[in-house]
Amino acid sequence: MALLLTILIDGLTYASWLFIVALGLTLVFGILKILNVAHGSFYALGAYATASMVALFTSMQLAPAFSLVAMLLAAVVVAALVAPLCERGLLRMFYGRDEVLLVLVTFALFLIMEDVTKLIWGVNPLYVADPYMLFGMVEMGTLSYVGYDFMLVLIALIVGVSVWWGLKRTRFGKLVLAVIHNEEIAASMGVNVSRVYALAFSVGIFLAALGGAFTAPMISVQPGVSVGVIIISFAVVIIGGLGSIPGAAVGALIVGLARSAAVHVWPVAELFSIYLVMAIVLMFRPEGLFQRVQARKI
Amino acid sequence: MTARESAPMRTLLFGLLCIGVLLLAGAAMPRWLTFLLTMALANGVVALGIMLLMRSGVVSFGQGLVFASGGYAAALGFRWLGWTDGLLLTLAGGLLAALIAAPFAWLIARYRGIFFAMLTLALSMVLYGLLIKSTAFGGSDGLNMGRVSYLGVRPADAWVGYTNYAVTVVIVGMISVLMRVYFDSVRGLVVLSARDNEIRVEYLGSSVQSLIATNFIIAAFCGGVGGALAVIALGHVEPDYSYWTRSGDFVFVAILAGHHSVLAAFVASVALELVRSFSSAYFPNSWQLAMGLFLLAVIRFLPNGIGSLWVARIRSSAAPADAAARGSA
Repeated sequence: MALLLTILIDGLTYASWLFIVALGLTLVFGILKILNVAHGSFYALGAYATASMVALFTSMQLAPAFSLVAMLLAAVVVAALVAPLCERGLLRMFYGRDEVLLVLVTFALFLIMEDVTKLIWGVNPLYVADPYMLFGMVEMGTLSYVGYDFMLVLIALIVGVSVWWGLKRTRFGKLVLAVIHNEEIAASMGVNVSRVYALAFSVGIFLAALGGAFTAPMISVQPGVSVGVIIISFAVVIIGGLGSIPGAAVGALIVGLARSAAVHVWPVAELFSIYLVMAIVLMFRPEGLFQRVQARKI
Repeated sequence: MTARESAPMRTLLFGLLCIGVLLLAGAAMPRWLTFLLTMALANGVVALGIMLLMRSGVVSFGQGLVFASGGYAAALGFRWLGWTDGLLLTLAGGLLAALIAAPFAWLIARYRGIFFAMLTLALSMVLYGLLIKSTAFGGSDGLNMGRVSYLGVRPADAWVGYTNYAVTVVIVGMISVLMRVYFDSVRGLVVLSARDNEIRVEYLGSSVQSLIATNFIIAAFCGGVGGALAVIALGHVEPDYSYWTRSGDFVFVAILAGHHSVLAAFVASVALELVRSFSSAYFPNSWQLAMGLFLLAVIRFLPNGIGSLWVARIRSSAAPADAAARGSA
């Protein structure tokens, strides 16, 4: 029973940050039709920016609680500065090209960002461990958990609900849906598609950076954090269905639980359990669990 | 009729010429260059497999799977079975890779575009996950292998590098000739038209799924051979061979090459290997940056790959002859 609870809680906390990151990935794919390989690099960038921001706040002798503000600020900075630069300066040149070619364009972006982060922050690991103890410990029966983990679940819920609300209940969200549905008709009705693309990309990147910012205290921020995250968030969106928000949530839960079950029951399978689930889902439902089958166009 | 029939002969002669030139030039090259070319040829033959798939209209983002399979087959054949013959190990690498790919080929061939890419990527990552945790295969450290012999002859110390190079040149050269002949065959041309319009090809009576499935297995064989050759030259294999960034490198080479010319796969592979070695020697912390910019420049300015630089010209000058040949056939 205790084991089951442990698996459940570990899986849930893992799923929560994964959901935030994967949500960004699925949004960008749904709207811009780009499977962004560099998504993990933005996650890493968020984590690095957090490390710098928290250090800055500490040097200004602000209360530790402000480090949460620092994380949020770090993600905003990444989304507001780097995302438009990449979208306007690079991706825009390749719109309308083959999907697979766009994967390769973002692969190039990933290679570039990998080194740029190294040039800025160096190759030594950075630690932002202080905020991790901000919420103390939570006792559950015989086990005790870090409060921060539960806060992460809460944040994932808030993020999920606000993205859903933003898409379904706001003017901008409706414009985005119009663009997803039919870009040409949306453009001819006067929607500024190019602006929608730029903003949607920034939102997607904000989510990646936010995921990185909030996990920064739980990991050591070092070169190589991006590569693992890319693949695992791919697995999530592919399991759930590319471009689907509930799909991202379910995918994150499946991956989170599969991973934590593997870690506690059969550690050898930690890595490959996730990819196996992904491969199996792809083989039998390539469009993902939450996506309707699309008719082939002649 | 005659133009089409003499094409394989011409390809063979051109292939032999290339092999001969490379063998002679290799003897005069410094050691670092022969090694670099050996690796470039081994990677190039993997990219050649992707090129075959690209001609069918799909791109595999998981050739690391077959590259690693070939590499591990060679290393394990050497360590467990005591096979020391490089040719046997290379063949084993190619066959094992094809064998591993075969059960998935039919299933994978149902998908196109991004799903094909992702499914192959998932498979390569499954292998990576298995390899990195398995103690029998050396875990994350991988496996070392010793020096191989060829047809019972053990090359002398000073000649090991050149022998590996020469064998790689000959094997890769033969595969390239066969690949060109396959590209120009009826089946190869049907594949190419499937890329343009799949449904028309199906209506004309060919099964695109079976074409792609076969090509996937052939590409796997190429990948396995490339993996085995690389591991024999390097003396080491590790799970990273199956990691997605490695597969990305192969796609990189294939995109750089384009899908027109077999030769382009190797030119692209050598170019990539040179950029990588020089930028990692001169800017050790920013060679990936250089690679990324290089890749972007290629996609932006040479959308059909470097092969299009010379193939387009050959095609346009040979077009009348080709049309005549088709008319008589």
